[in-house]
Amino acid sequence: MSIRSTKSYKVFMTPIVQANPIATAILGICSALAVTTQVLPSIIMVLAMTFVLSFSNVTVSLLRHVIPKNIRIIVELVVIASLVILADQFLKAFMFSVSKQLSVFVGLIITNCIIMGRAEAFALGNTPWYSFLDGLGNGLGYGYILVVVSVFRELLGSGTILGFQIIPQSFYEMGYTDIGLMVLAPGVFITIGLLVWAQNRYLGIEGHG
Amino acid sequence: MQHLVSLALESIFINNILLALFLGMCSFLGCAKNIKTASGLGLAVIFVLSITAPMNWAVNEYLLKPGALVWLSESFVDVDLSFLVFITFIATIAGMVQLVEMLMEKFSPALYVSLGIFLPLIAVNCAILGTSLFMEQRQYTFAEAAVFGFSSGIGWFLAIVSFSAVLQKLKYADLPKGLNGFAINMITTGLIAMAFMAFAGIKLTEG
Repeated sequence: MSIRSTKSYKVFMTPIVQANPIATAILGICSALAVTTQVLPSIIMVLAMTFVLSFSNVTVSLLRHVIPKNIRIIVELVVIASLVILADQFLKAFMFSVSKQLSVFVGLIITNCIIMGRAEAFALGNTPWYSFLDGLGNGLGYGYILVVVSVFRELLGSGTILGFQIIPQSFYEMGYTDIGLMVLAPGVFITIGLLVWAQNRYLGIEGHG
Repeated sequence: MQHLVSLALESIFINNILLALFLGMCSFLGCAKNIKTASGLGLAVIFVLSITAPMNWAVNEYLLKPGALVWLSESFVDVDLSFLVFITFIATIAGMVQLVEMLMEKFSPALYVSLGIFLPLIAVNCAILGTSLFMEQRQYTFAEAAVFGFSSGIGWFLAIVSFSAVLQKLKYADLPKGLNGFAINMITTGLIAMAFMAFAGIKLTEG
């Protein structure tokens, strides 16, 4: 049996391609928009997000027979919030400047709908191992959109990637200027819109109105 | 007084919680199809925000800040519970949302049904938690926190209603396949954000 036909592979890969949390399920956009002005904070954000997502999935899945149905949302929130505190304290201790740059958006991982959505839709009905893979896959599916968007924004908005200058100085001398709009709010909305359009074309989805 | 007015105008138009800070996007995109649902949700957000922002201010001021517990006993002067900020804020918010949900089910069942899943989702609406976190980070006073919460809500309401109005017109547009749905919604939001950016040039004189 090849690895492609195992359930683990499927659970892991589906959220990355077909059911991408950002592009197709419209979840977790807030942070995707806010942190993507530069590539580095986006990568850190993805790591923090993936950590919280996979471990909250595992924890909720382990507790799934114990949690009473009507208070499950509160229980899930407590699990998620504790993990976010861990991630936040870690960032403050070891990467202070990035954590300053991300400011409140690390805390806002708590309210990221992807985490809550996966806990509700997947972890409550599956075993810890599959839940872990599902969390990992969703984190990476979320991550690749974030990184692609931030590459566009940093390249077009400031002419750099990860702080290295990409657009040569001679271009600026010839009159090229950075697109200021890319750093501001409207730039990111339009970038994501165009990206999703491209992905829909590629996957042959007609879009849902 | 003038200071509070300018804070209100700034958080409604210039630093709009949705269009400039990107908070509360999920329910923004999910509930905008119908203008009635959109305005109902907008009102719910205004309501929850204007209660939770001052409440979380009090929680932070008297329980969590470094040295905040000094009113209990002098010996607590070194206690710093500010790392608990996330978990207490979200608990306050979840409690409030539960309350609003119960009230709404009793007094306005039609609105309750049409909001559906999105009312519990206000608890995980980043606009609510984000406002509280910004308030804590910028060290607002009580009056400023109250004004900030209320006017952020108004800003969110304005954004979702105008977006919903644009969507009504877009229904009849003949869009390319693939652009339809999420992609065109993002681009529309981008254009609305651009329109709101025009307010950024307005400076209120400080009195």
